[in-house]
Amino acid sequence: MSTSSAWAALPVVGISVTNAALASTLRSPQTSLFSPVSTPADEIYRLSLLVLAICAGIFVVVFSLLVYAVVKYRRRPSDDGREPPQIYGSNQVEIAWTVIPILIVVVLFLAAARVIHAVQDAQFPPGTLEVTAVGHQFWWEFRYPSYGFVTANELHVPVSESGHPIPTHITLLSADVVHSFWVPRLAGKTDLIPNRRNEMWIDPHVAGTYVGQCAQYCGTEHAKMLLTVDVQSREDFERWVQAEKAPAAVSDQVASGRKIFETTACVNCHTITGTAANGKFGPDLTHLMSRKTIAGGVAENTEENLRLWVTSPDAIKPGVLMPAMQLPKQDIDSLVAYLMSLH
Amino acid sequence: MFDAQPFSRPVVVSADQDSAKPLFDRVHEWIVTVDHKRLGLMYFCYGIVFLVIGGIEASIMRAQLAVANNHLVSPETFNRMFTMHGTTMIFFAAMPIVFGLANYFMPLMIGARDMAFPRVNAWSFWMSAMGGIILYFSFFGGSGLYGAGSAPDVGWFAYAPLTSRAFSVGHSTDYWIIGILVSGFGSIGTALNVLTTMLTMRCPGMTLKRMPLFAWMNGVMALLVLVALGPLTSAQLMLLIDRYLGGHFFDTQAGGSAFIWMHFFWIFGHPEVYILVLPAFAIVSEVIPVFSRKPIFGYSIMVGATVAIAFISLGVWAHHLFTIGMTSYANAFFVASTAAIAVPTGIKIFNWLGTMWGGKIRFDVPMLFCLAFLGQFLIAGLTGIMLAAAPFDWQLGNSYFVVAHFHYVILGGIVFAVFAGSYYWYPKVIGRMLDESLGKWHFWLFLIGFHLTFDFMHIPGLLGMPRRIYTYEPGRGWDIWNLIVSIGVIFQVAGVAVWAFNVVWSYFKGNVAGNDPWDAWTLEWSTTSPPPVYNFATLPVVRSCRPLWDLKHPEDPDWKYE
Amino acid sequence: MAASTIAVPPTEMPLSANMRGRVGMWCLITAESTIFSIFVVAYLYYAGKSLSGPTPREVLDIPWFTSICLFSSSLTIVLAEKAIHRGDIKTFGIFWFLTIALGVIFLGGTAREWHRLIYDEGLTISSSLFGTTFYSLVGLHGFHVIVGETGLTVILILTILGFVTREHAERISVFAMYWHFVDAVWVVVLSVVYFITR
Repeated sequence: MSTSSAWAALPVVGISVTNAALASTLRSPQTSLFSPVSTPADEIYRLSLLVLAICAGIFVVVFSLLVYAVVKYRRRPSDDGREPPQIYGSNQVEIAWTVIPILIVVVLFLAAARVIHAVQDAQFPPGTLEVTAVGHQFWWEFRYPSYGFVTANELHVPVSESGHPIPTHITLLSADVVHSFWVPRLAGKTDLIPNRRNEMWIDPHVAGTYVGQCAQYCGTEHAKMLLTVDVQSREDFERWVQAEKAPAAVSDQVASGRKIFETTACVNCHTITGTAANGKFGPDLTHLMSRKTIAGGVAENTEENLRLWVTSPDAIKPGVLMPAMQLPKQDIDSLVAYLMSLH
Repeated sequence: MFDAQPFSRPVVVSADQDSAKPLFDRVHEWIVTVDHKRLGLMYFCYGIVFLVIGGIEASIMRAQLAVANNHLVSPETFNRMFTMHGTTMIFFAAMPIVFGLANYFMPLMIGARDMAFPRVNAWSFWMSAMGGIILYFSFFGGSGLYGAGSAPDVGWFAYAPLTSRAFSVGHSTDYWIIGILVSGFGSIGTALNVLTTMLTMRCPGMTLKRMPLFAWMNGVMALLVLVALGPLTSAQLMLLIDRYLGGHFFDTQAGGSAFIWMHFFWIFGHPEVYILVLPAFAIVSEVIPVFSRKPIFGYSIMVGATVAIAFISLGVWAHHLFTIGMTSYANAFFVASTAAIAVPTGIKIFNWLGTMWGGKIRFDVPMLFCLAFLGQFLIAGLTGIMLAAAPFDWQLGNSYFVVAHFHYVILGGIVFAVFAGSYYWYPKVIGRMLDESLGKWHFWLFLIGFHLTFDFMHIPGLLGMPRRIYTYEPGRGWDIWNLIVSIGVIFQVAGVAVWAFNVVWSYFKGNVAGNDPWDAWTLEWSTTSPPPVYNFATLPVVRSCRPLWDLKHPEDPDWKYE
Repeated sequence: MAASTIAVPPTEMPLSANMRGRVGMWCLITAESTIFSIFVVAYLYYAGKSLSGPTPREVLDIPWFTSICLFSSSLTIVLAEKAIHRGDIKTFGIFWFLTIALGVIFLGGTAREWHRLIYDEGLTISSSLFGTTFYSLVGLHGFHVIVGETGLTVILILTILGFVTREHAERISVFAMYWHFVDAVWVVVLSVVYFITR
């Protein structure tokens, strides 16, 4: 194949072109591991660059040898039909290509072990925020034990500046099956396993909203178990904490809606602090309107979506565990009005 | 072409004999056969059928994922698709194909007339076949075919407690358990047959050091099956006890453990992938020497590396569990063991390279597939090394990067090797050559499709896309890559369709092959194509690793250099 | 061709076609050992972790008699093997029958123990982690004993009917390997369940 050299060049050209496009793509989106903003993700990012470099180097060397062999030792049309020298092996060569990989493997192991230790055996300064994340089928529960409140799906943490580090230490539990907490720009993923306590930590340096989702198949709506981490300045975070600590807003205008909520099956699953509603199966709704999304991050928190969600959850998230309540339209209107009052 | 007279005489089968038999009798013969060649062929064809079915399941998934927030199939259906695709491909496509090739060629290559236990062989095949039928019967359960019935939807590794009675209502999990359990018994039967045959049925003069690498690697594979299938069987029995007898093995509400399932499963699961890949190495180790016109470079090292890989593979399983919260010491240990397995694997790649080096490479279709195998398996191994670095896996485990990695191994490595083997050995099995130009069409179409799909699949993983999601949010940068990945499927389907057509067309119209169309050196090429039912008229006597080389080159035989 | 002037090197491996049965049985034993190992691992892992229910120490008595019977059956089967290798079918039949009888005593003892545990002590497979792992492990072993007994009985019947001769000695030995394996597993199960974790 005399055109084999040309064919061999094609992947190389293709790779370089793709590389340029790739580099810009990889750095921008919201969930890229190449845009870390927190120490665990930073460490992994640096390790990944080293690993990628080593593997790319190995690839270039071995692939070039492969291409070279295919080109140089191809049977020519003018071949005389005699068999080439029959070589059975070579001990020196075998030793060389055993020792070099062993050395590479040792380097990789040491690099990985260092990062494992840095992430898993980290010590936390006083002032670390403690959060407990509980995985449910298909939503996230976040408890703030030091402040005494519970929220859902959107995790708020303070930004952790280098002068004043406030890492967030997250204890991971599960109420049902195995889930996995993954927000790529903040840290690697850690699983939430029932009957087991896992932990992870983040210390985001840059305020902003970071998205992720459940990364261990947990049932029908695994794809829609979305996750947001709101990293706020310390002042904003304190303000948010104060709002969350307050009991639910009470307003006479929505008394009928509140009555419907408390007399229908809603209270079996949901909690609204300061009321009779004390259910633990579904998300805490005390400050529902402080959240930007509903249904595990799937739909924007608007009146229309709330109405749809309460009427027919399956329309937004088929297979979700919340049942359709089969309420008459008027009741739904009052209920939604009540929910919208829960700031 | 050289005709190896001393080992066989041409067999004349009168045309009248065969066509006179009624169809019922001919089918009956195949059902009750204990001949390793027929069983091997049935195993192989069974595997190919399920390969196609698994491919259809994959195509449905890729169609759904081609664009964000798609509504082509419901989440329930999608979840059944990925579970069935994985389960089918591993247990009912890849394993039968591998067993089929081992069954057909192991006795021929070691100069035996059949496997050690022909009746166990037949029993094993039918058990395996039954398992697949049981699993696929699940599609008709529940609400019938609509919504994919009651097919398993718990993922091919079926993590507890999602599989407990509480979270997996209905029988989908039970189909998963029983289908695999039943075929698992067949796998153990075939494995013990392969290993016993390799150890006890070699022809005179064939010491272990003169056995073809194909035999070595399939023998080591068989040993791995014997050791690795047990944990899966046990875990599944435990799950059945939980689901039906009220047991608490994985019942987290009663103090049971979810991650003990994970450990048990992956103690099976990791050696399983080596069970699949060693036979691929076996094929490549036979094809590359013949088409480079040189013996395999470093035969003993290749054997040693194979044994090392098998041994180490028993100690790396928890690299599937880096995210479950093991201690830093446990994580570090599994980084070390996983990285260690790269060394013997790399040695093999270098030895294949060394075989080609200084040779006279012929680019027939089997060799094309082997060359692609080499490049692709290299990449697959390298992404594996990346994932072995546990922190990297913390980000990319359970993401599309992992999906891309293992498909690179299984498709880019194993399936390409199987295609190489099919072009290489079809002449022996059928007696006719597969068409060369159709073969090249197959190769290029499949190569392009494979790379379109699986090269670009790494990117969504790096961008944070987890696996097993029936749809995804737009605006995360995943959209364009998913579309390209899905387009690649079209080329792969086209390639496989060309191959299937070639297989059927060449059966009737292919060039007659003769005993030894490739000028090869192992014993299967010394007998007729197809071989007679007794394989060899007189059992061969060998003096080296390449008995036919010795016959063809009496002035320079291999045994002079032993 | 000059092939005839060079002597064929003898096959150097100790294994040859007539070792098939033994090699095959070793393969089966390997596979079965891994199955049992996982149940043993589960048993050890869950030892002491039950949330409720009786503990091993409270309800388990060491099954001295039945264990001795099972171990003795390994001896009787060896004597049977030796007899058939000599061609002495009558002695073979007697020791073979004794092997079956000793196995039946073992199974009977297990049945009695389980009856006591279930009805008197309230330990069932679903009552606690201990119950689940105990009945699974001991039951899996018992199942293998039953399978062995079935095979032994079939061979006994064939012997009585006169079909078994000296030529079958090797096959008898291969089957006996299975029985020895079942005994060996009992050594492990006995130690783990009745001694180490009790």
